Amino acid sequence: MHSAPVGVVRVFHFNNKSIMAYTEEELKKELETKEYEYGFYTDIEADTLPKGLNEDIVIAISKKKNEPEWMTEWRLEAFRGWKAMEEPEWANVTYQKPNFQDISYYSAPNKKPKYDSLDEVDPELLDTFKKLGISIDEQKKLAGVAVDIVMDSVSVATTFKKTLAEKGIIFCSISEAIQDHPELVKKYIGTVVPPKDNFYAALNSAVFSDGSFCYIPKGVRCPMELSTYFRINQAGTGQFERTLVIADEGSYVSYLEGCTAPMRDENQLHAAVVELIALDDAEIKYSTVQNWYPGDKNGSGGVFNFVTKRGLCEKNAKISWTQVETGSAITWKYPSCVLKGDNSIGEFYSIAVTNNYQQADTGTKMIHLGKNTKSTIISKGISAGKSQNSYRGLVQVNSRARNARNFSQCDSLLMGNQCGAHTFPYIEAKNKSAQIEHEATTSKIGEDQIFYCNQRGIDTEKAIALIVNGFSKEVLNKLPMEFAVEAQKLLEISLEGSVG
Amino acid sequence: MDLRDKLVSSFLAFESNVDINAPIHEIRSEAIRNFERKGFPNKKEEAWKYTSLNNLQKVDFSIFPKESNPLEYKEVKRYFLHEIDTYKIVFIDGVYSSYLSETTHDGVDVCLMSSALTKPMYRQVIELYFNKIASREESLTTLNTAFSKEGAYIYIPKSKAPRKPIQILHLATGNEAALMLQPRNLIVVEENAEVQIIERHQSLTSNEVFTNAVTEIFAARDARVDYYKVQNDNASATLIDNTYIDQKGNSNVSVHTFSFGGKLTRNNLNFYQKGEHIDSTLKGVTILGEKQHVDHHTLVHHAEPNCESHQDYKGIFGEKSTGVFNGKIIVDQIAQKTNAFQQNNNVLISDQATVNTKPQLEIFADDVKCSHGCTIGQLDEEAMFYLQTRGIPKKEAAALLMYAFANNVLESVRIPELKARVNKLIANKLGVNLGFEL
Repeated sequence: MHSAPVGVVRVFHFNNKSIMAYTEEELKKELETKEYEYGFYTDIEADTLPKGLNEDIVIAISKKKNEPEWMTEWRLEAFRGWKAMEEPEWANVTYQKPNFQDISYYSAPNKKPKYDSLDEVDPELLDTFKKLGISIDEQKKLAGVAVDIVMDSVSVATTFKKTLAEKGIIFCSISEAIQDHPELVKKYIGTVVPPKDNFYAALNSAVFSDGSFCYIPKGVRCPMELSTYFRINQAGTGQFERTLVIADEGSYVSYLEGCTAPMRDENQLHAAVVELIALDDAEIKYSTVQNWYPGDKNGSGGVFNFVTKRGLCEKNAKISWTQVETGSAITWKYPSCVLKGDNSIGEFYSIAVTNNYQQADTGTKMIHLGKNTKSTIISKGISAGKSQNSYRGLVQVNSRARNARNFSQCDSLLMGNQCGAHTFPYIEAKNKSAQIEHEATTSKIGEDQIFYCNQRGIDTEKAIALIVNGFSKEVLNKLPMEFAVEAQKLLEISLEGSVG
Repeated sequence: MDLRDKLVSSFLAFESNVDINAPIHEIRSEAIRNFERKGFPNKKEEAWKYTSLNNLQKVDFSIFPKESNPLEYKEVKRYFLHEIDTYKIVFIDGVYSSYLSETTHDGVDVCLMSSALTKPMYRQVIELYFNKIASREESLTTLNTAFSKEGAYIYIPKSKAPRKPIQILHLATGNEAALMLQPRNLIVVEENAEVQIIERHQSLTSNEVFTNAVTEIFAARDARVDYYKVQNDNASATLIDNTYIDQKGNSNVSVHTFSFGGKLTRNNLNFYQKGEHIDSTLKGVTILGEKQHVDHHTLVHHAEPNCESHQDYKGIFGEKSTGVFNGKIIVDQIAQKTNAFQQNNNVLISDQATVNTKPQLEIFADDVKCSHGCTIGQLDEEAMFYLQTRGIPKKEAAALLMYAFANNVLESVRIPELKARVNKLIANKLGVNLGFEL
């Protein structure tokens, strides 16, 4: 167990009623009328590059960030690879393809001196944070979370650096890391997700504007949950963050990532890359709550989320992905583990909720290379409205991976008869000692379950709320405390109201 | 010239041998155009991710079978289920062998596709059913449609049942060269009628044989169809078996596939449910060794409410063999109260063997029960130990466990002699004699 500091970090301004206090009618009504609460737009003067993408733009981004030459070269190489690639079409989603020449690839808040105290920060920006419920002030300390906020790609505030620095932990924006720790960045960037891994990863590698970097030294247990916060702000700019987390031998870190984006009518593109490296005996726990704008109830607008997340486990290492996905119009995301070292462990816990016209194609890949490697996949898909929810996963056991063990469970819950649930599990075994189990079920809430609750004096509405909550519990339990509360509230809003 | 071009250009020669004014020829011409456009599937296509046809396309196949060398019954007796009396439709190198066959027109039609396609008395059935459920897009099916000329034709009128099961046997002598065969079968079972069919493809040569078969089965209301595919071919035989099944209300169709041999076998088994209270059963046992490759590709499309489907595929993979299972269940929005089950269990007994499995669900209705389970594992060490402590040698103990593993599928075989035969094939494949049959 990780030592989760108690307290809610970010308070989302949802209706504060508890689950049990809802009646179905109320929920339904609320959901229908509920508009995205974070749909505001911060009016900060931004330094934006012209639309379009070519080598000059890539060089310009690199220059703006004052990057060393090897980084510029690396970006250009990725860009050249990207040009030769085609946008993937295999995912079970349909959408209007973004025009990559109609996007501005760099947008940074204009005034960016290094602040010593909060007073110096642009008040409008502070206001944004307040609306979001993230205060960079003392609350943080009480909650014990250092937040590296990425707003439109440039890290504007980093807190708790000093506390972390005492332990030798580096937690900063990736641009800073490129300046201050080039040797670490150079050694690890692109080793787990190669620049030409796929279409969106290549695009990200070429134009990534910022992101987070984290290094935990040998044998250090990170004393607090590290957290970043992504928002997409400037109209028409895609968000291309790059996250690199390195846990050196025997270290431990729990990393949280939360996302919201303000309301925009045009679809916004988000193509992030997250690389995790867990060296021998290290453990990384990576949790995500994604609540980007999903589009309105007629399916217009919303974020396109095309993310490449992958972790590499060396000997005895462990990587655990936990995600709660309730937002985005399109989600295309497969957090994966490469279990390279012997005895390494990969875990994936996911809840994906889709409502209205949302489409999610998400899952994981577990690549077993080392001996005695283990992986667990628990995926819960909940579809409501006219949404499509797909699980797509790969479990691959290579011929040298003796005694590999995998357990996968994919459950789908359908609410209403206009939505769809899909499962595409790929299982490839090349070693006779492999033990692989895969189970999937699709169901609606059972009449017998409701009957059982009714029998015990729980009315139908409450019974439904109870069952849905129970359905997701396995995954919610894996979230750090702060996120669990938040995620539970998100679920409450995103799905409970759709039970018909 | 690659195989695709060769096939396309041979179509002209094929046309000179058939009646190009027949209405069905329009279907053939459309099909060859489709195939010409698409060509053979490659590994980039999702449905062919784990099975490559590249090597096959390098072989110089003879496309039109020569008049075959007659075979003596005793030479091929072992390929028949000879323990019971059956109707037989036998082809040697794609040509009908009247000597080995036993057809009938007594109340039911058990005869040839070639006569059904040409004789006026069958015209109505052909117009109603031929190429009505087979895919017009899938390239290998269109290839077969283009060259469709011969195969089995079975028509069971309302409330009839043939007196005995029907065997369809395709033998390949291929004495001269590599041979390509494209049998086309049509099976129509009218309301409340019943039929049992056993099908087998067997090569008698070490030359390459490539069979691209298409079978269309129509089960009307209350019809019952029991179909068994026995696949135990030799190491130079490739089989691509495309089966399309159209089911109406209350009908019950089951297909059992026993795959023990062949170099490369691909089974495309497609069920389309078009009525309520339909029951579809898909079962299979696969036991492979050497470098054999078997790919089961199933589709069950639930398009009406209150239907069921049951899939159960067991596989045992040894040496350098490869097993693929890709099962897809689609439940349409209207198909409420569907019960769809899918099970795929695999045992790997060699480190060089590979299993790729992808049980897939696509569900658009909310009041359904759908589940799939899939496992890959080994024989239980404790069970092995238990048997060995009781004096059962290791090999036999392993075979016993594998028997038990496969038995679920065998249980539902309704022809006892066939079950016994399959048991023998399994024992043979496992290299043991247990002295009893399950």
